Amino acid sequence: MADRSSNKSSPPAAGTFRLGRRAGRILWLACLLVPPILFFVVFLVVPIASALIYSLFEWQGIARAGFAGLANFRQLLFEQPWQDWTTNAFWHNVIVFITLMIVQNGVALVLAYVLGGEPRGTRFYQVVFFLPVTLALVLVGFQWKLFLNPLFGVVNKLLDAVGLEALSQPWLGQTSTALMTLILVNAWRWLGFPTIVFLAGIRTIPREYFEAARLDGANEWHVARHITWPLIAPAVTIIVILTFIGSFNWFDLPFVMAGLDGPPGKATDVLGLYFYRTAFGEVSAGLQDFGLGSALAVLMFLFILAVSIVWTRVLRGREVELS
Amino acid sequence: MRPHRPGIRWTSSSLIQLLLITNTVLVLYPILMMGLSAFKSTPELFRNPFGLPENWNLANFIKVWERTNFPLYFRNSLIVTSGAVLLILVLGVMAAYALARYRFRGNELLYLFFLSGLMIPLRLAVIPLFIQLKAMGLINNHLGLICIYGAQGLPSAVFILTGFLRTLPSDLEDAARIDSASELQILLRIMLPLTRPALVIVAIYNLVPVWNDFFFPLVFLQKESLKTLPLGLTVFMGQYSTDWAVLFAGLSLAALPVVVVYIFMSRQFIAGLTAGALK
Repeated sequence: MADRSSNKSSPPAAGTFRLGRRAGRILWLACLLVPPILFFVVFLVVPIASALIYSLFEWQGIARAGFAGLANFRQLLFEQPWQDWTTNAFWHNVIVFITLMIVQNGVALVLAYVLGGEPRGTRFYQVVFFLPVTLALVLVGFQWKLFLNPLFGVVNKLLDAVGLEALSQPWLGQTSTALMTLILVNAWRWLGFPTIVFLAGIRTIPREYFEAARLDGANEWHVARHITWPLIAPAVTIIVILTFIGSFNWFDLPFVMAGLDGPPGKATDVLGLYFYRTAFGEVSAGLQDFGLGSALAVLMFLFILAVSIVWTRVLRGREVELS
Repeated sequence: MRPHRPGIRWTSSSLIQLLLITNTVLVLYPILMMGLSAFKSTPELFRNPFGLPENWNLANFIKVWERTNFPLYFRNSLIVTSGAVLLILVLGVMAAYALARYRFRGNELLYLFFLSGLMIPLRLAVIPLFIQLKAMGLINNHLGLICIYGAQGLPSAVFILTGFLRTLPSDLEDAARIDSASELQILLRIMLPLTRPALVIVAIYNLVPVWNDFFFPLVFLQKESLKTLPLGLTVFMGQYSTDWAVLFAGLSLAALPVVVVYIFMSRQFIAGLTAGALK
């Protein structure tokens, strides 16, 4: 990740040999470095560290009360009803991740592979496919919520119009379809992102590799399987990790399309919503618990970090260096 | 045109085009539908959902602009986004310039310290941030949001800018030193103009996510007069929940600036937004 050839291009430090300028140089570097470091510490390092500490305390509103040890964690993981809520939300995040990997990233891989052949209009398709990525998730969520309205929405009207009335249903209103519908809307919005990243990966492969394979009589599938797929491994790694982090931080879309309580009947509840409710209060009850919320944040943070690190290791292992 | 053509020769390029056109329709049709619906009246919208509007009526847009807080939300989003991007650029350049162009003890360590923020979803620290900003009097304050986005954007800015600044040759800098230019002059007059491509990447990398962010405004802005566009949309959608044509006009208006800028700067947008995923 870091550029390790740095020192080569670094210029000899100014004034190193002249004693009088040494103090000036230190002062200049301090002017450059102190503000960003201070800012970074105050608004990122301290809050993250505090979250760890907060999770070990009891809270009354926004005031810290007694030391609680691991009680908050125990409550979330082993006491009812929190245990059910935690596992319910967690498995929904897992479903979100797996479905996005298959539907969104799978389609993106196909599109990128096809665009890698530079068919006519490649530039145009790239620009179009990436467009939804620039739109706010809140906006996309509301737009699709209107489209998916059971009575007036265009999705059901379209199904009716083409003779598939049997399929039209309250997509967001029933347990069986609500979560999948949200995931598909998310995939619609994000699809262009993995597409472009995969495409960039494909473009780094020297064309001679393809030509050589073809001269050896490899068919399309062999080329895709044995040349493209292994050589875009770095792009795959980053997309898997980003999809994973995104899936477990999922918030905006379920919030605006379903609601803070994860309706219907917690069928769309995910850790992001659950965390927000725990920390800042249920819509109905107005309860808030900073201790429990912090504990949940710590659990999510550790889980995301641990899985990301392990996966990065594993996935990097299959990456091949192109010389 | 492009240097690397993987040379995939398709026997049926029409099949390829069919696939690509299908996806184009899937992407564009919903956006187009949103825009077209904004010109219809609500009864017309239900009567004729798919066709073109009977007459191109701007009434819905005027209603949104004049009777709702949309202009206010726009202004707030502009303030917060430009403030955050500016802060990220200034702090990012300061840190990256020192790290990339000077050798000193602890340089590498400091670089890694900034980079450690790359993997951290800051929203998980929202509770401590809430308490901290409350103590600093920055709740219901655009400055509070700007600071949070600044912290969030700094690691990637340091990463991108340091990488770029290290590649710049030192000749110009040395020449300026011989002419006894001050360090500040060298930074502002010589190095900064050369850094422009990387600055654009950093700006866009942060611009779109900050403009679109919903979570932090939701937590930190309760005052109606301060709400940004994504948060304001939730207020607006509640207010006009039965007047669908107006809703579509509001959504279209919210999407318009981003789409327009994207059409003109798609190359920079794509490069900027995928900068975190591409080396």
